[in-house]
Amino acid sequence: MTMPFYVPPEQLVKDRADFARKGIARGRSIAAVEYETGILLLAENPSGTLHKISEIYDRIAFAGVGKFNEFELLRVAGIRHADVKGYMYSRSDVSAKSLVNAFAQTLGNIFTHEVKPFEVELLVAELGVGDQPNRMYRVLYDGTLYDQSGCVAIGGNAEDLSERLEAAYRPGLSLAEAVRLAAGAFEDEVEGWEGAILDRNGHRRAFRKLTAEEIAGFIADA
Amino acid sequence: MSEPKAPVGGITESPAGFAQVLKAAGLAPTWDAVGGSVADLGLADATTVLAVRYDAGVYMIGDRQATEGYSVAHRKMKKVFPSDDFSAVAISGTAGLAIELVKLFQTELEHYEKLEGTRLSLEGRANFLARLVRQQLPMAFQGLVVVPLFCGFDHLVGSGRLFTFDVVGGRYEEDDFGATGSGSREAKSYLRSHFDPAMDAEEGLSVAMRSLVAAAEQDVATSGPDVRRGIYPNVIRINVDGLVELADEEIAPIAEAALEMVR
Repeated sequence: MTMPFYVPPEQLVKDRADFARKGIARGRSIAAVEYETGILLLAENPSGTLHKISEIYDRIAFAGVGKFNEFELLRVAGIRHADVKGYMYSRSDVSAKSLVNAFAQTLGNIFTHEVKPFEVELLVAELGVGDQPNRMYRVLYDGTLYDQSGCVAIGGNAEDLSERLEAAYRPGLSLAEAVRLAAGAFEDEVEGWEGAILDRNGHRRAFRKLTAEEIAGFIADA
Repeated sequence: MSEPKAPVGGITESPAGFAQVLKAAGLAPTWDAVGGSVADLGLADATTVLAVRYDAGVYMIGDRQATEGYSVAHRKMKKVFPSDDFSAVAISGTAGLAIELVKLFQTELEHYEKLEGTRLSLEGRANFLARLVRQQLPMAFQGLVVVPLFCGFDHLVGSGRLFTFDVVGGRYEEDDFGATGSGSREAKSYLRSHFDPAMDAEEGLSVAMRSLVAAAEQDVATSGPDVRRGIYPNVIRINVDGLVELADEEIAPIAEAALEMVR
């Protein structure tokens, strides 16, 4: 009978974290910026059909970076979670907080129990009701959760991107200014944009995709 | 959220809609049919709803009364619902079952739209609704009948379309108008002589309102516009730009004119 080698938990966690971080670093980043009447999500994405940003519920949006099939699985699970909850109770009972907790639980379990951790990082944004503040959460590959406000970045280059965003950010931006700020924070040549907003427009479903022309228009307006 | 065990939507699985998700979670609405009479359960019945095509789209309109035998159960019931940005569903029959059916239908359409990033085709929406109605068949044999009406703007065809159903889930497309509920016979006979495919939005609304008033004149379970209480029929208009639920202020003068014209 062969004995398995003893691997200290510190080493195990570090190896897995390094593996996940390497996978995420290969992908492109996503920025989220609060503006006067909502939240902007802007991603570098050369594909016009393989989306990274999605609607989850009336006032909740999702963005994922890393391995497409893995964050797509979490996106679908998130939509199911929200729709089932809204159907069972009421639409106003669906919150980003319970959603990101569920994401964090799932990612945490996969990180420690599965053969390989998920190589993903998620961003969940929620538009506040009335004059309630907006919420933005960042969920890491191991289930670590961050609650952020103002601006957030996720992805391979998140640290640098986040620094540049924070340096330029101020409250009360217009949508056009927010797009320019976010686009300007991506330093390298960008092959294509994918953008969406959660906007206090009075509609039940606050999520709306921005078209490529809209984004180009906002950037060119400067 | 349970642990995702198999790839979600893997190619070896059949596509799972919201209804399947509910079923898997043990949350699907079910009514176990038991023997006995339903006559004395005191269930509310939703009465007349109808849809009419006009040159640029389609109108859907419904009265506000629910009956319980020979009494009025509710005076301000809503029977016409947006199902998404370009379609609407109206209900008649056992109100409690019908409202749950609408809620499930609305959630399914939105669920699909979010997962796929695109709306289900109008045909697809009508077919799905037919399936929901078919699942109610055992209840129909108990006397608890639900028959919806569905309409919307079809961007593939470039026109408004409307569908009627029967209790076994039969789905029938109508070219001109459709109605369901206790007053549907009177509404349809009015529409048969007043419908014109070239009607514009204004005429379309007037004809739809007059046919509902005609139904209320003849069918005791259907209420016309209730001017005294300020309760007016619900009206939805759908065209290429989307769906609009008309406000009471807009409906009131048309309803009052219709009361004058149909006697």
